[in-house]
Amino acid sequence: MTQNIVEIDNLSFGYKNRTLHKGISMAFPKGKVVAIMGGSGSGKTTLLRLIGGQFKPSAGEVRVTGEVVHKQSRDGLYQLRRKMGMLFQQGALFTDLSVYDNVAFPMRELTDLSESMIRDLVLLKLHAVGLRGAHQLMPTELSGGMARRVALARAIALDPQIMMYDEPFAGLDPISMAVICDLIRTLNDALGITSIVVTHDVEETFSFADYIYFVADGVVAAEGSPDDLRQSTLPFIHQFVHGEKDGPVPFHYATGDYKQDLLGPEA
Amino acid sequence: MINFLRNLGSNFIDQIWRLGAGGRLFGLMLISSGESFRRFRLVVREVYFTGVNSLVIISVSAFFVGMVLALQGYHTLQKYGSSEAIGVLVALALVRELGPVVTALLFAGRAGTAITAEIGLMKATEQLSAMEMMAVSPIARVIAPRFWAGVISLPILAALFSMIGILGGYLVAVPLIGVDAGAFWSQMQANVDWQFDILNGVIKSVVFGVACTMIALFEGYDAPPTAEGVSRATTRTVVTSSLAVLALDFALTSFMII
Repeated sequence: MTQNIVEIDNLSFGYKNRTLHKGISMAFPKGKVVAIMGGSGSGKTTLLRLIGGQFKPSAGEVRVTGEVVHKQSRDGLYQLRRKMGMLFQQGALFTDLSVYDNVAFPMRELTDLSESMIRDLVLLKLHAVGLRGAHQLMPTELSGGMARRVALARAIALDPQIMMYDEPFAGLDPISMAVICDLIRTLNDALGITSIVVTHDVEETFSFADYIYFVADGVVAAEGSPDDLRQSTLPFIHQFVHGEKDGPVPFHYATGDYKQDLLGPEA
Repeated sequence: MINFLRNLGSNFIDQIWRLGAGGRLFGLMLISSGESFRRFRLVVREVYFTGVNSLVIISVSAFFVGMVLALQGYHTLQKYGSSEAIGVLVALALVRELGPVVTALLFAGRAGTAITAEIGLMKATEQLSAMEMMAVSPIARVIAPRFWAGVISLPILAALFSMIGILGGYLVAVPLIGVDAGAFWSQMQANVDWQFDILNGVIKSVVFGVACTMIALFEGYDAPPTAEGVSRATTRTVVTSSLAVLALDFALTSFMII
């Protein structure tokens, strides 16, 4: 049986006056690429933050390598985070540091490695994402796709066991998208890590994911392999996978009668 | 009416909450300050950004303030036939009040806003979150070095302000108006007390340094991660810092004089 690196167990979470998750359970087996899909605002990114321990669940729990995330002390949580790497939506590179220093940042902060060792590792990681030649550039000189690849090199700097990707394809051109797609799969298999990808790009995700969870209305609406989901007859999944504008998710935001709105109450 | 009361109440609670959150950040920052002293180059880098980059505005302002003080002082003092006391007047006004206060106000406008905008934007672009997820505490790595840099920079800037101000006062009083140079300096030397005047001025500037930097850091750290949020936070930094400096100045002066 494959061991689950991350497990989400009956998790509920909400902000002040809005419930986001109502009892979600998911499992992320070791060495697999698992995607979490769903519409905008369905709480996908929040799930990553719950796994990373940046938010506390209101009920249920998240376990990373068997340890309950929200019950950790600060030091315990930081130890757990050393096992995780996260790629943020816009890269989140430190704008005052060069590409090289960005990738070196976690090594300098968290290890006692010598500068020459750090140099080798940084170039190695940058080479893996194809940007060794850009090591002296500043983040402002990079295109969106390049920035995300540098951020990816930084996220794998300390060889995490788990990689989390938050909307890795948002706002990228088709070439950069294909590059990131390929990198997610290659890094996952070459480094033997477990990847969690939060996204709403159907075609790209279906091409590389091993397993997919669909989140809608705070629950797991469907799950399965890409092939299972492509053939799904569930109305929501059908609408999402085929990108239809109307369906269970309506085109119009809930409101009153159109005619009455235009002509006033006496109409 | 009910709405007005409700808004008043909610604003009041909001302010109390922010005060608590600010206090909490201050506490956490102090606890994580060890890192800043172990890697002092982080602080030095921030001293450059907050302190060295404020030198021009501080020097030019100090020069003009000193010149105006001398002009105004002479105008009044000569009515009493004691225009030689102009040196004392300029020095005491600068060392005890204007040096620390005006420096802190300029610091809030020049360096404080820069700190708030930088931290607010780091938050908006998820740089602080990224640091958290890398198991690096943003409070230890980003907030604490900036705090200590501010606390170190402000007293030095205030001292420079007083010095350049006195120089400006001298240029107006002695070469321009014709007050005796010997009287200008000797009166100043005889009447400015090391502890009562200079040390108290230094204490004030340290307190202002803590207040201005902490307000700027908290506003940035607490800013909603949007363009509007950061712009509001920057404005609030200037308003809150200025009011805090003036109020603290009154409180400190009353303790020091009584």
